[in-house]
Amino acid sequence: MMTDATLEPIPADIPQAPKRSRMRSVFSKDRKAQFGIIVLGLFILGALLAPLIAPYDPNEMTLDMMGSPSGEHILGTDDLGRDLFSRILWGTQISLFVGVATVAISLFFGVLLGVLAGYYGGWIDMIIMRYIDLQWAFPNFIIAVYLVAVFGTGLLNVIVAIALAFLDDFARIARSMVLTLKEEQFVDAARVQGFSDIRIMVFHILPNAMAPIIVQATVSVSYAILGEASLSFLGLGVSADTPTWGLILADGRSFISQAWWLGVYPGLAIMLVVLSINFIGDALRDALDVRDADI
Amino acid sequence: MGTPLLRIEDVSVHFPVRKGLLQRQVAEVRAVEKVTLALQKGEAFGLVGESGCGKTTLARTVLRLIDPTEGEIWFDGQNITSLSGNALFPYRERVAAIFQDPFSSLNPRQKAGRILSEVLQVHRYKGDIRTRVEELLNICGLPPRFVDLYPHQMSGGQRQRVGIARALALEPELIVCDEAVSALDVSIQAQIINLLEDLRVKLNLTYLFIGHDLSVVRHLCDRVAVMYLGRVMETAGSEELFANPQHPYTRALIDAVPDPDPDPLAEATRAHSSLGGEIPSPLNPPSGCVFHTRCPIAMERCTAEIPPLESVTKAHEAACFATTPTTETTTTTNGR
Repeated sequence: MMTDATLEPIPADIPQAPKRSRMRSVFSKDRKAQFGIIVLGLFILGALLAPLIAPYDPNEMTLDMMGSPSGEHILGTDDLGRDLFSRILWGTQISLFVGVATVAISLFFGVLLGVLAGYYGGWIDMIIMRYIDLQWAFPNFIIAVYLVAVFGTGLLNVIVAIALAFLDDFARIARSMVLTLKEEQFVDAARVQGFSDIRIMVFHILPNAMAPIIVQATVSVSYAILGEASLSFLGLGVSADTPTWGLILADGRSFISQAWWLGVYPGLAIMLVVLSINFIGDALRDALDVRDADI
Repeated sequence: MGTPLLRIEDVSVHFPVRKGLLQRQVAEVRAVEKVTLALQKGEAFGLVGESGCGKTTLARTVLRLIDPTEGEIWFDGQNITSLSGNALFPYRERVAAIFQDPFSSLNPRQKAGRILSEVLQVHRYKGDIRTRVEELLNICGLPPRFVDLYPHQMSGGQRQRVGIARALALEPELIVCDEAVSALDVSIQAQIINLLEDLRVKLNLTYLFIGHDLSVVRHLCDRVAVMYLGRVMETAGSEELFANPQHPYTRALIDAVPDPDPDPLAEATRAHSSLGGEIPSPLNPPSGCVFHTRCPIAMERCTAEIPPLESVTKAHEAACFATTPTTETTTTTNGR
């Protein structure tokens, strides 16, 4: 009969949970990601400290109208004599907040719908996905414009409108991940152990589906910032006395030939933030993509 | 003998094939067709057959991952076929599973310790969960530090040991092993088989062992059923089955097992009854005996009638007209 000599030798150098995390090793090599983190960090810092470091009140009008960048107004002033640097700094708060809040909402509900559709299939899948298809048929931005037009402008409405418009991307990705993961044996194993559907979805399927969802989230943050800028540009954003990047851009549009700084600087801010987030997203994808191998 | 621990009665599993906008059912895959089996407590029962013969589907049906189209599954005197949700919970405690692929059967985001403690928590284990987890690892030959390892930090054999530890967590009576060793290297296979054998004796387990490797099944199992295209072709004690196969399909399977030490003289004269052709599609199984299209001794009758599974000797059943006395003959002999 069999004895206890059945043990396979266990090598002594079994990795004891790697000291350097995979995330850190990817970010330490990726120059673009480092650029992204630094630039985004500066913007976040600027947004948080705006009340302290902004040299002027963003809505304070001076007689120095459309003044070019100078020592007094480092980025110049707009047609009403408001300090551009202060306005962009305050606008960062709104833009970043809209970006993050929007994605948080649409990630939560989109993933919820996608996981339910993928896990249960059948008529639940049918109903959810037909709605998602319906939304898919219209460009995201058109949906956001439509929703704001119906519910009115304002910060909350803008966030809800953009969040709804991005819902389908998350639902689709979550559903397709669930469809593959559902076939894995560890899900069968969980069911055989008598785990509830909710436990299986939350602890067994979702953690394995998060990588592409997180990557999509970073992409969506930048689109949400662009979306808010676009809505404000069209006059469908937050109220006119709140400085946002889109609004600053829209206000400066008519004077672009006389005062180039009114178009360039807010545009540059949008570009830098969106670019930074995309760089970080790319690095996140690299770090999260491969499940099983360590670098 | 008493009541069997697990009784599978006339179980069929058909998968509908749907097509088109209205999802009309255009055909069905007959994965398992009227299978009847009984497992006694403490026995290791093997289920063998080519891939696609329905053995895994049957295992998944026993585990209630799939609902049978027809038939009933009885466990310890209770019909569990129509139980669902919470009513199935006690059954889940008494029946566990070991899966084929140790790379896919463990959640890649959970450490071994979490994998083992989760099942204990969900079933409200009375006692210290930490101690029990280390005990389970120990039973399966793994040191306690494996608690902190993720599956991708282990080798295939070590993962399978964690899979076995998970199956043992709630002290089940029946363990369904679905190809539990076939994804492992041969040397590791032997260790896992030995572990399974030791555990069966120590913990008085009953195994339903699904496999396609006949030598593994012969080594591990007391009784074996041979499946082909969803039907059971032959059932017998494993030594009896290998020494005295009755069904032509079983003979062909046994002939196909490579001999590690072939005798050249015997090899020259050995009748190679290797099967021609492919396993037919379960979408459209042959009429009569499903095996007649590849059977070397098929008769006229085999294309029309389905041979019933009948006793050849005590505890040896085969579904073949060539081996069992035909019903007509029996009737006429008796009628005289």
